[in-house]
Amino acid sequence: MKRLWNRFGPVITVVFGIIVLWYVMAVALNSAWTIDKLGRTGGELSVVEHIADTWSQDKPKLPAPHQVVAEIWKTTVQKSITSKRSLIYHAWITLSATLAGFGLGTVLGILLAVGIVHNKAMNLSVMPWVIASQTIPILAIAPMIIVVLNAIGVTGLLPKAIISMYLSFFPVVVGMVKGFRSPDQMQLDQMRTWYASKWQTFWKLRWPSSMPYLFTSLKIGVAAALVGTIVAELPTGAVRGLGARLLAGSYYGQTIQIWSALLMAASLAAGLVAIVSLVERFTLRRMGMLR
Amino acid sequence: MNTTLVLGAIVFWLAAWGLNIWLSKQKQTRFIRVIVPVIFGITLLVVWELLVRGLNIKAVLLPPPSMIGAKFVDSLPILWADFQQTFIKGALSGYFIGCGAAFLTAIAIDRSPFLQKGLLPVGNFVAALPIIGMAPILVMWLGFGWQSKAAVVVIMVFFPMLVNTVQGLQAADHMQKDLMRTYAASYWQSLLKLRLPAAAPFIFNGLKISTTLALIGAIVAEFFGSPIVGMGFRISTEVGRLSLDMVWAEIAVAAMAGSAFYGVVSLLERAATFWHPSQRG
Amino acid sequence: MSSEVVIKAEHLSLTFETNDGPVHALQDVNLEIKRGEFVSFIGPSGCGKTTFLRVMADLEQPTGGSICVNGMTPAEARKARAYGYVFQAAGLYPWRTIGGNIRLPLEIMGIPKAEQAERVAKVLKLVHLEGFEKKFPWQLSGGMQQRASIARALAFDADLLLMDEPFGALDEIVRDHLNEQLLELWAETNKTICFVTHSIPEAVYLSTKIVVMSPRPGRVTDVIESTLPRERPLDIRETQEFLDIAHRVREGLRAGHGDE
Repeated sequence: MKRLWNRFGPVITVVFGIIVLWYVMAVALNSAWTIDKLGRTGGELSVVEHIADTWSQDKPKLPAPHQVVAEIWKTTVQKSITSKRSLIYHAWITLSATLAGFGLGTVLGILLAVGIVHNKAMNLSVMPWVIASQTIPILAIAPMIIVVLNAIGVTGLLPKAIISMYLSFFPVVVGMVKGFRSPDQMQLDQMRTWYASKWQTFWKLRWPSSMPYLFTSLKIGVAAALVGTIVAELPTGAVRGLGARLLAGSYYGQTIQIWSALLMAASLAAGLVAIVSLVERFTLRRMGMLR
Repeated sequence: MNTTLVLGAIVFWLAAWGLNIWLSKQKQTRFIRVIVPVIFGITLLVVWELLVRGLNIKAVLLPPPSMIGAKFVDSLPILWADFQQTFIKGALSGYFIGCGAAFLTAIAIDRSPFLQKGLLPVGNFVAALPIIGMAPILVMWLGFGWQSKAAVVVIMVFFPMLVNTVQGLQAADHMQKDLMRTYAASYWQSLLKLRLPAAAPFIFNGLKISTTLALIGAIVAEFFGSPIVGMGFRISTEVGRLSLDMVWAEIAVAAMAGSAFYGVVSLLERAATFWHPSQRG
Repeated sequence: MSSEVVIKAEHLSLTFETNDGPVHALQDVNLEIKRGEFVSFIGPSGCGKTTFLRVMADLEQPTGGSICVNGMTPAEARKARAYGYVFQAAGLYPWRTIGGNIRLPLEIMGIPKAEQAERVAKVLKLVHLEGFEKKFPWQLSGGMQQRASIARALAFDADLLLMDEPFGALDEIVRDHLNEQLLELWAETNKTICFVTHSIPEAVYLSTKIVVMSPRPGRVTDVIESTLPRERPLDIRETQEFLDIAHRVREGLRAGHGDE
């Protein structure tokens, strides 16, 4: 019991603190509306009633956690998943583009990293640009890519996937170049004494050594891919996907809808990162790199 | 289709690549390490220009670099106004407030291992979330002005900075802390003389990650509503009007601002943590 | 005992160009090593003993003179897989079992599966690690890991074993034990061993020939043919003969320092 508390107690306390703060903030932000409404209709509210009102408005500035949870419950469990009003449907639209882009970005990233590690000219030419691309806000080109691809008739999942791919690509390249170079000079010398080919050195030494780096960059990449898809869903009045839900919510002042889409996006991100972490633990443990 | 231009692009590419292969086989001087990526970058631009012209690609799909350059020069006042609105007012102010708040929070919870143990996983978790989605909410709360953009930036940079600072404050090793104990140093003495300097590489890491996040936050938040100035505003409206040369010019500003911002923080890092192995090369 | 020459270095030199000017890692080294000898290279750091070993292994290129390994150039010898190399650290792959680590060079050399298993079993026995085949490296002590790395170097049955301070990171007690086992292994397999060390007792105890080197420029200052018998119990280190050889090594090292 004590060990369990030591392990999870701090996190539970912090999460609990955040929820309490959230309710307090909801009272603070939504009171104005309650007072305004009273001013128009007359009547009086006790403190308890006043607080209860701030937690149950239709379009509050900050919806209380239970309102968001109720909305999520309503739009997931109580709606058929093919319905346009189902949050699961929108989440799936976003998730499918994210996964497609993430998969492509990872594969391309690994291939480029292989090229950079094995080709001196490529290393010198491309690597500085890859590093520089980490410092610039590449997400800014998302709207342009969407519109241009729409103009040449490419719509639906693909444009979004391209943006996700682009965002997950760079962390994977940087991480894998580091990973493929992680074997030290002694290990490379050892391969040389056995007259191993480049290919053998890659598969027997560089690839397994790069695994911890691979998973670190996959975690960054999958989170970036999701952000890419959501931002890609903003322009051109997209009607499907979590990004579209965010935008629609903000047009019509549907704060509860925004927060529920946001929470859904957060759970998707958390889920994806958690899956990568699980695969990481499993793989590294099997490889004996995790004790 | 203009075959000469397309062929020209292919020949230029092959020639430049050949030159780079030759250069990279020479002795690796500083000059080689600078000139090779520069040649590569120029090659990309030239090939882009020649292919766009040779294949008659419409400017509404992909404008050639020369057109973007001309537009850039023509629209300097607009670009400057957008830069001020988005970078100086939105990104920079949010960056300072967010990083400052995270730093102070890290110091505040420094004496409570309980809070640290709770905040680290939560912070790491939040850092992986699509926080940018908070933008519509903050635009609703704080209006279309730069304040809402700064607020998005504050939230985006807060957690990565917090996590890095907290980890940094744990970086001093036991022997060094024991040494401080033998001097009977007070908490604040040990913090100022040992733990903060030891944390500097981590803190700067947080600051560097935050530069990119700040710019992304400020630009993307403008997609959700902004006054009629700002880099994100310009990108979204000009995309709508299909004047892609202006969009590319704005992206060029964003790229330059981003790398310059990162560069400045890296220079500060080099000055402050010259003793760290990663800086001694 | 045959007297076939395995290693022959003539006027061998190697100069590194560094930012602070040239460093003469090896200068005019002449040396002959015969089949079946156990040769130690001893000297302070920077005397070129490791560099010499690396030149034999084709890991460094000499800038002057010539060297033959098994009558070939070092590059040819490397491609013929004529030697096994043991580094200072065991350098076992954490993602492979002990057996898998020993199998690694055999896989690279394209040796058939059945023979691989046979050879792994054989060398594990040689280094007394039977039964540890399925264990992972981190489940073993430092001394056992180094024994596994020796087994790995022995697995492909090269006649020449190059060892670069293989026991340098281990404590004295483990080291004594491994030295004893190494002599036993040498007697059993009759390999030629080149052994870099900076411990005088280790060099004297193990070697039939001790090459004393000194730094700036790296050169050979003395070559001592040991008079000790090939059969050496640990307590031979208390005999007068042992102490005399150790004394001569120490004198050689001191002479190397004289001109600084």
